[in-house]
Amino acid sequence: MSARDLLSFAIQSLLGHRLRSALSLLGMGVGVAAVILLTALGEGAREYVSTQFANIGSNLLIVIPGKTETTGALPGMGGAPNDLTLDDVQAIQRRLRQVRRVAPIAMATANVSRGELSRQVAVIGTTSDFLEVRNLSLGRGRFLPVSDLHRGAPLAVIGEKVAEELFAGQNPLGQVVRIDAWRMRVIGVLAPRGTQVGVDIDDIVLIPVATAMRMFNRSSLFRVIMEVRAYADLDATTDAVTALLAERHGEEDVTILSQDSVVSTLEDILGTLTLVLAAIASISLSVAGIGIMNVMLVSVSERTSEVGLLKALGVSQGQIVAAFLAEATLLSLTGGLLGVAFGWTGVLVVVSIYPDLPAHPPAWAVGAALAVAMGVGMIFGVLPARRAARLDPIMALARR
Amino acid sequence: MIELEKVCRSFPLGDERVHALVDVDEQIREGEHVAIMGPSGSGKSTLLNILGCLDKPSSGIYKLDGREVGGLDEEELTDVRRHQIGFVFQFFHLVPRLTALENVELPMVFAGISPAERRERAMQAMTRVDMNERVGHRPDQLSGGERQRVAIARATVMGPRLLLADEPTGNLDSVSGRQVLDLLEGMNHRGLTLIVVTHDPAVARRADRGLVMTDGKIVRRLEKSDLAALAGIADAAEVSP
Ligand SMILES: Nc1ncnc2c1ncn2[C@@H]1O[C@H](COP(=O)(O)OP(=O)(O)O)[C@@H](O)[C@H]1O
Ligand SMILES: [Mg+2]
Repeated sequence: MSARDLLSFAIQSLLGHRLRSALSLLGMGVGVAAVILLTALGEGAREYVSTQFANIGSNLLIVIPGKTETTGALPGMGGAPNDLTLDDVQAIQRRLRQVRRVAPIAMATANVSRGELSRQVAVIGTTSDFLEVRNLSLGRGRFLPVSDLHRGAPLAVIGEKVAEELFAGQNPLGQVVRIDAWRMRVIGVLAPRGTQVGVDIDDIVLIPVATAMRMFNRSSLFRVIMEVRAYADLDATTDAVTALLAERHGEEDVTILSQDSVVSTLEDILGTLTLVLAAIASISLSVAGIGIMNVMLVSVSERTSEVGLLKALGVSQGQIVAAFLAEATLLSLTGGLLGVAFGWTGVLVVVSIYPDLPAHPPAWAVGAALAVAMGVGMIFGVLPARRAARLDPIMALARR
Repeated sequence: MIELEKVCRSFPLGDERVHALVDVDEQIREGEHVAIMGPSGSGKSTLLNILGCLDKPSSGIYKLDGREVGGLDEEELTDVRRHQIGFVFQFFHLVPRLTALENVELPMVFAGISPAERRERAMQAMTRVDMNERVGHRPDQLSGGERQRVAIARATVMGPRLLLADEPTGNLDSVSGRQVLDLLEGMNHRGLTLIVVTHDPAVARRADRGLVMTDGKIVRRLEKSDLAALAGIADAAEVSP
């Protein structure tokens, strides 16, 4: 018997039981689709995080006021942390040679308006170093000038979207906007960049940090971002900054994170998430496999007389096993491919709804899902097939 | 062609055994047409299954063309069934999803015969049973008699030398039954050894001789004239209330 004949015999018998075949195809399809969709989402999330942090220098340290204890004393035991001030920033700048750039950040949401037009925008007070530290570029005009940290000039650099919304095609350079009650002169527009670390760079306004602290009535900075010189060691620099600030504050009351560790922790978490999702999806795959076994078992018992007939016609046990196995394989393969199609469609739908999420199924997941589909289909197909082959032809033919 | 020597067949039934065949001795020559008769449960089908190599004797010897069937392994039995033996059943046993022609092709598909050749041979077999007009019909689109004719085409398409029919007319009206018998008889006249199980004397009378079974034993051997007489009695019984 040729493989082609075997295949067409299997196809004919699957078509002879359309509903049952369709249901098991559906089961297998859903299982495979689940694997593909879930791993695609997991991978997408991981990549999303990576791209958020991409293009930001990797040798960054972030100082956050307040100590998050991982060991030892309970958090908050030392009372309220001291302010992280502009003087602290100045001290870092002056005393730590290994720190190349320092960008203090004071941040709040404020109403930015021009005439009738207004917009709620994240307003970030910072310094000229911010541009390089965050690896941004300027579209038009100039950036915040290098100047005394404490000098709060009434200047603003705005994001592309803010420029569009408030100036609607007009040139914003040299124009005045109001941030809450404060009048600020626009000196530059940032080049479009999209979101970065969860902030839409196109929808912010940058002002000198001293101005921002006065405007928002803050005594402490939100955080300080430092770029460490290429030759310097990140851990040693972390220690140096910690020591310097401890000396100034009289206690260790800041937390210092490195950008790298944040990213790799997030990627680890999301990588694990992907695996967990894949594991959940594999369970649904196995269930689909058991579904195929059921289909095949029912098929065998419904077709006892056919099996008996085949034996009477001189069909060997091996051929009967092969025929039923071909059915199971065909069922699981088609179901698997269907699942890939379903899954892929699902991914496309997700991507069309959330264009920022770079969801795409990893090749290993597609391969594994198909392999598992085929595997369970065939393993669970063998059992009924062998049962069929062993059927007593006389008993089988006695039924009508 | 067929030699049976003290053939017994018993089936386990709970703690006991049902003796379906007890010490059956019989010889059937090539080209004979034999009817097997007897009441229900007398072992006719069991005997036919053994003759068709679907089943093996529990004890005793069955020789087909001088070869002892009991000594053959599964593969050899399959081969014998494929090439030497054709089966016709009371309930036709056509595969419902396949067309008439595909049903006839079925044994050739599993025998690895090329599609072109099997189509041609299936068409010839269908023509022999006068079903060449209905090749594309599915079994549920055919009458009982037509289905049995397709089944006969299928049973003979591999060119067997022994044709076994278990109540081939049991499910047919008398006209279709006669057509089916005509076909079987015609094949017998062309040299096919034909063994028909029936309890219908009108069917049995067409055979060269008859075997009457009771309780797993052959209790009477009937000649052609006995069969005709038997049929006469049955006819008379049918006429008189
Ligand atoms: N596979 C089997 N298992 C158990 N008993 C069987 C089996 N086949 C036949 N028998 C028994 O053997 C006896 C003869 O059966 P069978 O050959 O089918 O009779 P017939 O065809 O003459 O009506 C019956 O009593 C039947 O119940
Ligand atoms: Mg019977």
